[in-house]
Amino acid sequence: MDRTTIDLWVGIFVALGVAALLGLAMKVGNLTTGKIGATYSVSAAFENIGSLKPRAPVKSAGVVVGRVNNIAFDGKTFEAIVTIDIDQRYAFPKDTFANIYTAGLLGEQYVGLEAGGDEVELKNGDKITQTQDAVVLEKMISQFLYNKASETNDDASKSESTGKPVGEKSTELGAAPF
Amino acid sequence: MIRSNLVVSVIRTLRGIGKRMIERIWRLGAGARLFFLTITYSGESFRRFHLTIREIYFTGVMSLLIIVVSAFFVGMVLALQGYYTLQKYGSSEAIGVLVALALLRELGPVVTALLFAGRAGTAITAEIGLMKATEQLSAMEMMAVSPIARVVAPRFWAGVISMPILAALFSMVGILGGYLVAVPVIGVDDGAFWSQMQANVDVRMDIINGVIKSVVFGIACTMIALFEGFDAPPTAEGVSRATTRTVVTSSLVVLGLDFVLTSFMLTV
Repeated sequence: MDRTTIDLWVGIFVALGVAALLGLAMKVGNLTTGKIGATYSVSAAFENIGSLKPRAPVKSAGVVVGRVNNIAFDGKTFEAIVTIDIDQRYAFPKDTFANIYTAGLLGEQYVGLEAGGDEVELKNGDKITQTQDAVVLEKMISQFLYNKASETNDDASKSESTGKPVGEKSTELGAAPF
Repeated sequence: MIRSNLVVSVIRTLRGIGKRMIERIWRLGAGARLFFLTITYSGESFRRFHLTIREIYFTGVMSLLIIVVSAFFVGMVLALQGYYTLQKYGSSEAIGVLVALALLRELGPVVTALLFAGRAGTAITAEIGLMKATEQLSAMEMMAVSPIARVVAPRFWAGVISMPILAALFSMVGILGGYLVAVPVIGVDDGAFWSQMQANVDVRMDIINGVIKSVVFGIACTMIALFEGFDAPPTAEGVSRATTRTVVTSSLVVLGLDFVLTSFMLTV
């Protein structure tokens, strides 16, 4: 096996390997969708961000328009300051709503932007004022239980004052005393 | 004190175990010394690069057949087994994610390393062992040619260069095999297969970690093969024992390193 043949086969081998690595990165991974290009950054304050993480997607109408850049805590207002990078191609009005949604039932959380109607647009460094926090499951459950408890409390107090068992239809003439 | 036969044999066994442990630790030290000497004498492998290219041909290119065929079958089996379980929960669209992540993170580097140790590692050990047995290495030393620079270092760098390439090819062909079983044969949706995979495979976490793993496995397997060959007793029996030791040691070290690297990568 002479040198030129060996060199040829090794060259083909290395070229195949590099092509495989590139193909894996481009087609199988998400290398192409990672970088969006030129972006401008905007900040928003939330009372509770749930499990939002940096690099989470920012979607509007379901389409990814940006990424979460940084999450910081404001010690004075005790709110979470989320900095998001939005693709330069998309301009949002100043009264955009920023909400935190969950992808799927228990999936990862992302920031959803809903455009308002203002004519003035958001610029680099602006702040989104209308925000809605993430839904925290525990708060929902405790709220549900509290509502349930206050319902039964209302029914119990109603039956105490009128002396009738809960749920019985009261006639217009009033109930018989016996 | 009366020493019964049982006590004597127990003492003898313990002494044997101790002796073998010490011998293994001694060999570990000799292997580490050979590793450092290989790195020190590596200049010639790059100045006369045709030496390394020749070794890349014999370790990498000649392993292509077994790597590609195994990858194809591993990918197909992954798709079949994965589909069988996923469709019970209605998530058969996730088959692409399953095949890609299993191959990129674990099976690609590990199975390639095991096959590499079996095919290229044994070839390296046998070649160097026979060179030692036929006194070619001593002859080189007589001519003031460092056998480590001329024989060991090019093979080391060839192994380190070939392993990531083989692992990437393994993953690629495996995913292709999985695709061929999932989409035309089973009937999973083509777009869902690729889009789910692209959404869930992260270049940094999965692909680059797989490459790092394959480089580390390449260093380990090649170094073990080189040391076993260099240290083999210069007889036919010694060389054959050395080749089996290469495969066994390489496999155990690869699987152990895989655990260490995975736990390191998943927490960092």
